[in-house]
Parts: sequence; C-alpha cells; structure tokens
Amino acid sequence: MSYIAKPKVTHPGMPKNKLGLYARDYEGTVSTLCAGCGHDSVTAAIIQAVFELGVEPHMLAKMSGIGCSSKTPAYFVSQSHGFNSVHGRMPSVTTGANAANRELMYIGVTGDGDSLSIGVGQFVHAIRRNVNMCYVIENNGVYGLTKGQFSASADIGSKTKKGEANNQEPIDPVSTAISLGATYIARGFSGDKEQLVPLLKGALTHRGFALVDIISPCVTFNDHEGSTKSYAHTRQFYHHVTDIDYIPPSEEIKTAYAEGETMPIKMHDGGTIVLRKIDRNYDPTSRAAAFKYLRERSNAGEIITGLLYLDESRSEMHELMGNVDTPLSQLPLDGLHPGKEELKNIQNRFR
Amino acid sequence: MVTVNDVVIKIGTVNGTGSASANGLLRKAIFRMGIPVVGKNYFPSNIQGLPTWYEIRVTGDGYQARANRVDLMVAMNAQTYEKDLAEVEPGGWLIYDSTWPRSSLLVRDDITVIGIPFSRFCNEKFEGVRARILMKNIAYVGAVAALLDIDLDIITSLLEETFATKSHMIASNMEAIRLGYDYARENTTCPLPMRVEAMDGTAGKIIIDGNTAAGLGCMYAGATVGAWYPITPSTSLMDAFRDFCGQYRVDPETGKHTYCIIQAEDELAAIGMVLGAAWNGARSFTPTSGPGISLMSEFIGYAYYAEIPAVIFDVQRTGPSTGMPTRTQQCDLLSCAYASHGDTKHVLLFPADPAECFYMALTAFDMAERLQTPVMVLSDLDIGMNDWMVPELEWDENYVPDRGKVLSAEQLEKMDKFYRYLDVDGDGIPYRSLPGIHPKGAYFTRGSGHTKLGAYTEDSDAYQDVIDRLLVKWETARKILPKPEIRYSKANKVGLITFGSGDSACVEALDRLQSEGIGLNYCCIKAFPFGKEVSKFIEQHDVVYVVEQNRDAQLRTLLINDIEANQMKLVPLLHYNGMPINSSFVVDKVLAESAKGRAA
Repeated sequence: MSYIAKPKVTHPGMPKNKLGLYARDYEGTVSTLCAGCGHDSVTAAIIQAVFELGVEPHMLAKMSGIGCSSKTPAYFVSQSHGFNSVHGRMPSVTTGANAANRELMYIGVTGDGDSLSIGVGQFVHAIRRNVNMCYVIENNGVYGLTKGQFSASADIGSKTKKGEANNQEPIDPVSTAISLGATYIARGFSGDKEQLVPLLKGALTHRGFALVDIISPCVTFNDHEGSTKSYAHTRQFYHHVTDIDYIPPSEEIKTAYAEGETMPIKMHDGGTIVLRKIDRNYDPTSRAAAFKYLRERSNAGEIITGLLYLDESRSEMHELMGNVDTPLSQLPLDGLHPGKEELKNIQNRFR
Repeated sequence: MVTVNDVVIKIGTVNGTGSASANGLLRKAIFRMGIPVVGKNYFPSNIQGLPTWYEIRVTGDGYQARANRVDLMVAMNAQTYEKDLAEVEPGGWLIYDSTWPRSSLLVRDDITVIGIPFSRFCNEKFEGVRARILMKNIAYVGAVAALLDIDLDIITSLLEETFATKSHMIASNMEAIRLGYDYARENTTCPLPMRVEAMDGTAGKIIIDGNTAAGLGCMYAGATVGAWYPITPSTSLMDAFRDFCGQYRVDPETGKHTYCIIQAEDELAAIGMVLGAAWNGARSFTPTSGPGISLMSEFIGYAYYAEIPAVIFDVQRTGPSTGMPTRTQQCDLLSCAYASHGDTKHVLLFPADPAECFYMALTAFDMAERLQTPVMVLSDLDIGMNDWMVPELEWDENYVPDRGKVLSAEQLEKMDKFYRYLDVDGDGIPYRSLPGIHPKGAYFTRGSGHTKLGAYTEDSDAYQDVIDRLLVKWETARKILPKPEIRYSKANKVGLITFGSGDSACVEALDRLQSEGIGLNYCCIKAFPFGKEVSKFIEQHDVVYVVEQNRDAQLRTLLINDIEANQMKLVPLLHYNGMPINSSFVVDKVLAESAKGRAA
C-alpha cells in the first residue's frame, strides 16, 4: 500500500515527549516492505525509542547501506537527515560523518547481508575505532531483495524454502562484536518490542559503538518450517538473559531493585541503565564471561537476548584522537591555517 | 672546454642505506649556491636491499624535466655497476668504491673512471656496521663536491642546520665528507671541466615535491577530515598533511586537534569516510593512486549522482594492475574521468608541478563544494615524489573559500519548503543543507533514482529530468575550471598539447625545437571537462601533437570524446616506460613526425 500517502492524524489524548512532540512526529513514509516483515516492527521500536528519548529530529542522522533493512530509514523520522549509501559501506560513511560532526546522534540500520558479507570489513573496523553510533542489524539470515539466498548469519542446518540446508558456520555479529571489543552489545527480537525499545534507547545514548543485533524474520523467504530465523523458531528458543530500563538524566530512580539481580549503570549522558538479570550468573561486564555464556547457549540451540555486554569506560573515536569538542565542520576555514607570513617561514625548510 | 652549471649526476646505491640524506645534502648545497637544480628518485618497491638511484640535474637554464643523460655516475652499488657504467655519456666520469677490485671485463675507454676506497676509509675511521655504511654514503658527497667545485662551507652549514641538536653528528659527517673531498683533490685534477659555479638563479624559489605541496595546500584550504589507505606513491601526501596539522592545528592550550586523519581499512572505506564528512559540511579528502581509484569507483559514482563534494588526489603510478608501483605514468585519465557504472563523468585537475599541487588543492576544494561533486587532482609519481624547483608559494590574503550553495539556518527558516535537488538558478547546481543546522533542511540522500524534489522514483521522466540537469552542471563546470596555459611561438599551423608533468619536458623541447627553427604553439591543459580555449586551440591548428605518458593516448581519447576534437589532427606522442618523460623524447618524435610530412 505504499502508493497511499500516510495520513497524519493525531489523537488529542496521545502522549507528548519533552519537546512537545508526538510519536507520530517521528514517523516516516509508508513502508514498501512485505506485510508482516520484522523490519517494520523494528522501525516502530526505533520511532518509540527516539520519541521517548525526546531526540530533536534534525539532530538525528539515519545511515544505511543496501538491502531491505537499509530501506527502512525512509520509514522513520522524516524530519531527520538520511544517507542511504552503497552496499556494505554504511559504517565508513557514518565514521566520516561522525568525524565531521560529533554532535549529531547516529543510527545506522543494516542487515546481515550488508554487514556480515559484503560489508563485514567495514563493520569490524567501525567497532575497532569505537565510532559513537547505534548500529542496528536487522538479522533474518537471508537475502530478500534477490529472492532467498542464504546470508552469512544462516545457522547450520537451517533450510531454504526449497528445502536446501545450510552447512557453513554462521557469522554471529554479537560474538564477533564481543571479540572485537565493542562497548555496548545487545540482541533483541523484532517480535518483542517491550524488550527492544529500552535496548535501542540504551544504544542511542551510549557513548561509543553500540550494536543491537535484532532477529527480524523475513516473512517471504525465511519464515517456514526448518528455518532457524522464523517467528515460530525464534519465539520457541529465545531467552532474555537480561532486561534493561533506561532512565533519562532528568528522572530519579524510583523503583527499588534487588541486590544481585539488578545492576544500575551510569551512562555518559547522565542517564542510567538499570539492568535486570534473568540469569543471576550472567556477568554483562566481562567480555570473557559473556563470550563463554553466549557460545554455550548458542551451541544448545538457544537465542540469547538482552543487553549482553556494556563498557562505559572506553573512549570513543574523537576522544581517542584528541579532537576539539566543536564539530570540525563548524570551524571557520580562515582559522584553520597560519596565514601568509607563516607560509614564508614554512618554506625555509625547502631551500 | 669547460661546461658550467649543466651537469647530470646519478648516484646508484642500495635501498635503505641512508643515501637519501646524502643525496639531499648534495642537491641542497647546489641549490644554495644559487644554481637551479632538480632531483629525481628511481627507487624499487622494497624497504631494504634492492638498487636505488637519485639523479641530480644541475640546470642553469632552470629546466625541470629529467635530462636523459648521465655525466657523472657515482656507482656505489656493485650489483648495478655494469648497468651504471654503460649509462655514462661518452666523455663523462664515474666514481666507484675501489676498496674491492672491479672486474677487468668492465672497462670503458671513452670515460674517466675514478676509484676511491670509501669502504676502507670508513672502516678505519668509524665504529659499528651501521655508522660505516652511513658514512660511506656521506663520503661520496665530499668527493662529488671536490670534483664539481661545490662550496664546502655551504655543506657545513647545511649539516649544522640538520643536526642542530646533535653536534657530534656534525663533526663525524664532516669527517666523512673530508675523506672523500681530500682524496679526490689529491688523486685527481679538481675541479672537472664540467663543474658548478655560484649564480643567482634560485632567488624566490624553493625545492619541494608535489605530495608535500599538496598536503600543505590541504592544510591551507581548511581540510579537517582526511581518510586514506596507504599506497605508493601517494603516502607522503597524507604524511605531509599530518606533519603540518601537528604543527598548526593543535590548540596550544588544550592540545586538542582541529583535524581528523583516519587510516581506513581500504580505499572503499576511505572514500566512504570522505563522503560522510563532506555530506556533513567538512572539507574532506583522500590521497590515493590508480588501484585505489578502481576500488573507490562505486562511491565516486554515488557522489556524482547524490551530489556530494569530495576531493581525491590520484598520484598516478605505472599500471595496469599492480604495475610498477614506484614508476611514473599518466595512465588513470580515463578511469578517473568516467569512474563508476552508469552515466558518470568527473571533474579532473591537472597540476603540472608541485606549486600547482599546492594551489590546485585549494581549487579542488572550492570546485568540489561549488559543483557538489567529486573533484580528482591527477598528479603523478614524478611530480609527487621528486624534488622540483618552483617559485615560492604565495598565500593570497584575499582568498575567499568557495563553499558553494549551502543554506544557512536563517535562509532555511525563511523558506516554505526546501528541495535538495531543485535547480533554482539554472546553472545545474541545486542548494544543499547540512545536517543538524535546521529542521527544515532535512532531506534523504540516496543513490537510487530520485526526482528533482529529492523523492525516490522509478518514473522515467522524473529520473531523466535529474540526469539531464547534471549535464547542465557539467557545462557550468567547463566554464569555471582552471584555463589552459597557451603560448604562441609565431604564426604556425602546428600545435602541441600536454598536461601535468608532461609540461616540464615539453617546455624544454619547445625551446630546443625553436633553436632549430621549428616553432610550435603550446597548450598545457589544466582541467577536464575542457574549456572552449582548448577547442579553439585545436581548431586553429592543422596538426596537434598530444604528448602524454600512457600507452593508449588517453588524453587524446578524452579530447575526441568531450569536445569532439578532430581526431585526424591529433597526433599522439606517447611515453609510457615508467621513467619520467624527457625533452629529447619530444624533440625526436616531433622531428620524426615532421619528416614524415604530417606536420607542415
């Protein structure tokens, strides 16, 4: 129904955020994805997250590559700048954009083809640089736009619609990110908005590289029996290991959380993430423990979700480089060179 | 007969033995005597062990090209002795390390061979293997100084400047120089009949390589984001930018940087970073070479269609494929001009020497932002990594950077609605907004089909509307890009066109041909698309030689393609063996073509 203009109807009873905007103000154009696509649920969760955070739309930059997932930035926050780049190269464009203007909030939306096959190099290097961004992978294990080929995240034994089974090891973005030292690593499910919205809010406010890997079933090519990325399979095997609440800087923490089961973590924006452990033994601050736990559960066929690793102490790209606080793009050019006389002095070394 | 200030010295050494500083010392000393001089590196793709040469052309007339002859060979590398011996002009001289005997088979009666026991001297005088190797190279500076009559006081003062904080180094270096100097004086008749003599030919001049000049230009242009993947021969451009920024772009109070250099994982990422930064309003650039252009092509096409400024320096090297990474060519014209799939074409700038690398860095940023498109500066290894004598760089205090049509928050506020790809002024260039400036400025940047209002489209007319408008912009570019340099010798129907580093050899060749009574008109092209001056130049002549450094006559192809130049008139003169072009090549080819009766 993408040819129908989306009606902008606002019910007077709808809630407003701190900027006085409604959730509807964060919507985009009508999706052109298949009815029931997991990606549309992720879009809805992103809209909810930025609405609740009260992000100024024009201060949000929506970045993407190529693929079904990469189309979605058109479907949320029309009042934001979008950059739908080339296949697999969203991370480099975002790195450059962030280098030029560190004040914007960056959300990159990508898929398992875009980030784990053609763009896996850029994905890992953006982590290495600790680019301050929210990196969303809409992970469905399949190529949709080219009609159903396996992607690099397809599990061993998972079957195509025609019954062909994958026999290659999948690339798991979460364990990859842990091994590379990403500073915020979460996994969610497009069918669980309640869990997903706070994970996205935490990722957007985290200072540094925040990965949110979202199992987002492809209803057309990968939602059948025998697929390990279907709605039914995901619902059956996914487990919350943690749940989080994001508490903005302006609000007090009111709920009393039980010791051992909860862990409040102060964020750089002044907010707090309160992490509730479903499994008391899970330690989301230890890379080694998180990796071991994930591999064990994954081998048992479980899909572990929640905020899986968090390190608020690491410096992001600009801090590592020692850059000025002002966005580089806003520095007046005439202040960026030493002028006529100094050009003469510089040239003394060339005589 | 005595020849003064017209001598070519070639020094053959082993890569990684510190000969670069010794050679630089010689070249600088001659320059400080007021004598025009150029230095060319012929080096291997290697870190240590393979043969390398440095050629110093002392040129009282001020010519910049390679001379294509050797008068004095300093053959310090036994590995290449046979080749080096063969290369000396009849009547020339050769110095070698006589510590070890030479093969009795390697003899030439038509040159003078001077043996100096450099290794033995240095083994006696200095301790440690490394010091002995380094000092052996410094010692030949002394021998050459004695033979050519280079001022020893100037060499001393250069050493004092280099080792200002390490006085013991001055003494040991001078000692090594003295070894060579005194031995030459005692055992040969110094100076040789081919020698140097102080003159006044370097006032207001500097010696600089193109990559350093381009890096300096980027700093002066206000570039803040540089993303790159190291590749010979472009690497020293980013090294220079980093050095200049380290000096002038660090806040003295906070120590914080006003520049961001990112070493990318590959060239695809480097250009992606440049586009992201430029989209956000920063002046951003990437230096690369031919293989990098191949990798960047998809993004270059994206930037053309989505209309994002980008500055790319292509320091060309010999292709195809890996080719010869440390040899020069002008072989990326076509791949740059039409980089990427679909109907794309790109603005190119052609600096002819390091000074133009500096000025064209500024032009490149201005043009990229004015035209909202990638601009590629096509330098080459000869310009980028060799030492050229150019007029001192001048900063124009009245320079106002051209940031192009960027809307301010105030302008956006007053607008009813902003459309990113609407040609309001009829010059094919739309207005752009920068993210984060104003809510009304938001738009969606995409490489997929879009309408003139910026919306996604698969509608034929709406698609074609934008693609056609880009041609209007192309014609605007043609009008505002740097004009060619044109010189008329006298009324004549024969012209010569070249670009980039071809200029140095052609200018010298034109003088030589003039002295033989052949006057050619000259056009040195500075940019693509070609302006009407280039079309007019070709129309005026019956025959136009097109001198370029590639096998396939790529400039000639562009002339035929872009301005529909009459291909029957365009006679290609092609030099593509990887060595810098020289004037003799041009003179010989022109004479041969004239003899064939193709020229009037």
